[in-house]
Amino acid sequence: MSILDYFRGKKSGTANVAKERLQIIVAHERGQRDQPDYLPQLQQELLAVIRKYVQISDDMVQVEVDRNDSCSVLELNVTLPER
Amino acid sequence: MARIIVVTSGKGGVGKTTTSASISTGIAKRGHKTVVIDFDVGLRNLDLIMNCERRVVYDFVNVIQGEATLNQALIRDKRVDTLYILPTSQTREKEALTKEGVEKVINELSETFDYIICDSPAGIEHGAMMALYYADEAVVVTNPEVSSVRDSDRILGILQSKSRRAETGQEPVKEHLLLTRYNPERVDRGEMLSVADVEEILAIPLLGVIPESQIVLNSSNQGLPVILEMESDAGQAYDDAVARLLGEEREQRFMTSQKKGFFSRMFKGG
Repeated sequence: MSILDYFRGKKSGTANVAKERLQIIVAHERGQRDQPDYLPQLQQELLAVIRKYVQISDDMVQVEVDRNDSCSVLELNVTLPER
Repeated sequence: MARIIVVTSGKGGVGKTTTSASISTGIAKRGHKTVVIDFDVGLRNLDLIMNCERRVVYDFVNVIQGEATLNQALIRDKRVDTLYILPTSQTREKEALTKEGVEKVINELSETFDYIICDSPAGIEHGAMMALYYADEAVVVTNPEVSSVRDSDRILGILQSKSRRAETGQEPVKEHLLLTRYNPERVDRGEMLSVADVEEILAIPLLGVIPESQIVLNSSNQGLPVILEMESDAGQAYDDAVARLLGEEREQRFMTSQKKGFFSRMFKGG
């Protein structure tokens, strides 16, 4: 921090970086918190079934649950490789 | 019916046991019959912080397994006569704390005590889950530091989904944020997360701010709860937190640095 910054009262610290990083990671983890416990295993098993027929990588199957007031929707997104 | 309060954090070394010792002592000093339970099986330390390590004969696990009665295991504090300590086992496995066993002990304590303070181990394993399961309220001890804040958020998620209150659909566990090891000078310099930053991220009500203080090590050296050091800022901060926990309105203190004059800046290096 330069002398000029000192007189201007400017903050050059790292706390704002910490805050930004925390806000992002905490929001992300809260999103996963509400997901049912079986979701990761369901994703693995679906992946295994699909792999019997097509070769795909782990990140090509996305499983999410959207909860509304009256019902929950299981959203399954499979990206198939290009031929 | 006793009020059951868990002192928890997720992360280790943030001040759970220090806080449990001070909060239980502070509540008991106000005349409420209080017991503080150490849930850290295998890593017993509350006894040291409370200066009763040489008086431990039976422990929490002995009571759960029917090898001793509660009265045999409870240690009466020598400074505050309404305070009792239930030490944990140093030799058993964590799994010795069964849900049923813990419930039995807590129910029995509820008959005679006003407050039950549960000192949680670090982590989110079995011991930590048992410490928070029966809680009515939680004091979430957090340092103004990234890993501690993240772990506190994780513990809040667990309180909201895995506690008895959550599982039985009762009113949720009441959450309190206790920010410890706070250094207002570093916050001013932009080097440390501020109270407002942590409150914004965790979004739970603030119980108090405990300033980083040399007195904390000094008191643990002697087995003296910090709250009994009433001349110190940390001791007063704990006293404020206890007063708020018991429903008293007290303005927040110790959140800002003492503004130093020009000369003390020059001679003490700012």
